[in-house]
Amino acid sequence: MIYIKLFYEFFKIGLFTFGGGYAMIPIVRDTVIKNGWLTDERFLDFLAVSESTPGPVAINMATFVGSSQAGLLGSILATLGVVLPSFIIILIIAAIIGNFLKKRGVEAFLKGVRPSVVALIISAGITLGFRTLLGFTSIKEKLNIDYKAIIIFAIITLLSFVLKKIKRKKPSPIILIITSAFLGIVIYGI
Amino acid sequence: MSKKAKTQLLLKLFLSFFKIGAFTFGGGYAMIALLENEFVEKKKWIEKNDFLDMIAIAESTPGPVAINSATYIGYKVGGVLGSILSTLAVVLPSLTIIYIISIFFDKFLSFEYVKYAFNGIKACVIYLIISAGIKMYKSLDKNAFNLIITFAVIVAMVMLTVFSISFSSIFIILICGILGVIAYFLSLAFKKGGNEK
Repeated sequence: MIYIKLFYEFFKIGLFTFGGGYAMIPIVRDTVIKNGWLTDERFLDFLAVSESTPGPVAINMATFVGSSQAGLLGSILATLGVVLPSFIIILIIAAIIGNFLKKRGVEAFLKGVRPSVVALIISAGITLGFRTLLGFTSIKEKLNIDYKAIIIFAIITLLSFVLKKIKRKKPSPIILIITSAFLGIVIYGI
Repeated sequence: MSKKAKTQLLLKLFLSFFKIGAFTFGGGYAMIALLENEFVEKKKWIEKNDFLDMIAIAESTPGPVAINSATYIGYKVGGVLGSILSTLAVVLPSLTIIYIISIFFDKFLSFEYVKYAFNGIKACVIYLIISAGIKMYKSLDKNAFNLIITFAVIVAMVMLTVFSISFSSIFIILICGILGVIAYFLSLAFKKGGNEK
């Protein structure tokens, strides 16, 4: 049943996402594609919305995927699923265990997990980049280069680099998102 | 604490987290600054040291950092009920906003200029993901273990995707966690033998 499936899959996502919202992107992508819920393009649409609206990206994605598959109840169950593991684990830590990070086995495990999460995020960025900019993700598909998307990507990268040099601080994602929406309208509209 | 004071405290907790959920763009890390401002500086409900401990715990346990922080701060300030209310409060704005958007999303995308704007945003999202990854890489300790794991996993994942072989990211995370534990025991064994360092 779709409701149970949504809850179960997002519970698993909540349970295995170490390191915040971006770390969740590769796992959600695996899940929605494996279950045939979304295509890569559609996933990127949802991701674009989740990044452009307030709130944790993980919650936004869960709500969006849940709603697309099973309406309001679906969105509530997917969100509940992604939240519950955190809630239970943190409650146990805060109430009973205390700061478990000082235990050495845990620390060693996390030392292995951290670089893998970083790598998963970067590789998700690369392969989603293949999809958006070059129009393919696997060798089964033909190359379909989107020059306009490449131009926007290049401008955003340059802008972010320049702003960082001038202000000594990375520009906030929301500024880049607004700029890119504007660039999209101008460049695709021509 | 009187019953009335307790109710007021819980209400304040709920409103604070609702506000944070409704106004934080850009995910968990943007939220950390807001949380500190609200609970350490303004309300003084949490000590600076406790807050730093909380961040370390939130980042090292699975799940969105925002949820982890809400549950933790909620519990410290208002017990189990506090943790439930805070978590609910931080989730509600997202749930409402995204649900409404999801209903109208396809109609919305059928406007040509909206579609163009979204094409632009998608290119930007790619940049945001890669730069978030690079930023996280820079915050790792500089050692051979991190370098090898990072590059091996990037190459493996890109290859798996390009050749459309499905392999769950969750397994990769678990395997690397176990490698971390093995590396730790190996370094202990070497230290005992006095061969290294």
